[in-house]
Amino acid sequence: MAYADSDPNQRPGVRATAVKLLIAGGFGVGKTTMVGTISEIPPLRTEELITELSRGVDDLSGVEQKKTTTVALDFGRITISPELVLYLFGTPGQDRFWFMWDELAEGAIGAVVLADTRRLESCFPAVDFFERRGIPFVVGVNCFDGDEQYQPDEVRVALDLDDRVPIVLADVRQRASCKELLVTLAEHAISMATAAPA
Amino acid sequence: MTPSDQHWFDEEAGPLVRPYALTRGRTTSKQRDLAMITLVVALQRVTPQLADNLEPEGLQIVTMCQHPKSIAEVSADLGLPLSVVKILIGDLIDRQLLMFRSAVTPDINVLQAVINGIRRL
Ligand SMILES: Nc1nc2c(ncn2[C@@H]2O[C@H](COP(=O)(O)OP(=O)(O)OP(=O)(O)O)[C@@H](O)[C@H]2O)c(=O)[nH]1
Ligand SMILES: [Mg+2]
Repeated sequence: MAYADSDPNQRPGVRATAVKLLIAGGFGVGKTTMVGTISEIPPLRTEELITELSRGVDDLSGVEQKKTTTVALDFGRITISPELVLYLFGTPGQDRFWFMWDELAEGAIGAVVLADTRRLESCFPAVDFFERRGIPFVVGVNCFDGDEQYQPDEVRVALDLDDRVPIVLADVRQRASCKELLVTLAEHAISMATAAPA
Repeated sequence: MTPSDQHWFDEEAGPLVRPYALTRGRTTSKQRDLAMITLVVALQRVTPQLADNLEPEGLQIVTMCQHPKSIAEVSADLGLPLSVVKILIGDLIDRQLLMFRSAVTPDINVLQAVINGIRRL
């Protein structure tokens, strides 16, 4: 593997490789919960500054103004070994922060897209984003209490998912469920990497 | 920070002035391979002399990076936006106080190691 180090000889300081994966889905679907369940540290929060065009409330001329706001990301960490650290990023739920997804997705293993069966459509944008870019993803159907249970096949039809995209029934408050989602994603990423291009 | 810089940190200036003041108004870092999960580590221990020569945020970064940390973690710990932290870290790399290791796109060996590691959790 090739590394771009600023100076690999100075000190054997950074031995580890960092990789990341994303946890995506609509509002309130359990992204932060999943980061918290599986991370070895309490979820951290980082933020990025963004400049948006906005129309001033008092501004009757209707001139667009630049306004700087922040978008927050939750993330956690799993130290796989001294050589390998995995970071999990919860993606921002709001559509207007889509441009951040490109940086988030760059170099990622892939994504877990959480779906809430009470409003499946809220994960459409995430599914669409990863599909278009050929980024491996799995769909985790979060089983909220008192919910009508969906079968994976019904979700596949509703989301119009390719047969190869794994669908896993999940409860991301449970560690075992989060592990299953992550393993399924990494296995799917391997099979996508080794499969002949469609 | 010299006393004359103090006015930049005035409460009234609002929360966004401060990050830009920290980076002396620069809003983009030099074209460098710094991503959210780029790992950085200090090349020096924190000495009184270093403390005298660094602005507080730089000192905080060198202190927290005595062990490797991702840029996202530095950002979270400092409570500063990623883009600001990238600029501060870029300066510290220029001054040979930090080194970095870029993230790599995971290959099959890495993916397999991830699978084995998660199963062991
Ligand atoms: N029953 C059930 N509840 C869940 C599950 N995952 C999350 N919840 C609950 O759903 C609520 C929202 O979860 P969050 O993790 O905050 O969701 P989020 O996707 O981070 O939300 P936003 O960041 O606001 O978009 C919390 O009250 C969780 O306890 C799950 O798998 N099953
Ligand atoms: Mg959240």
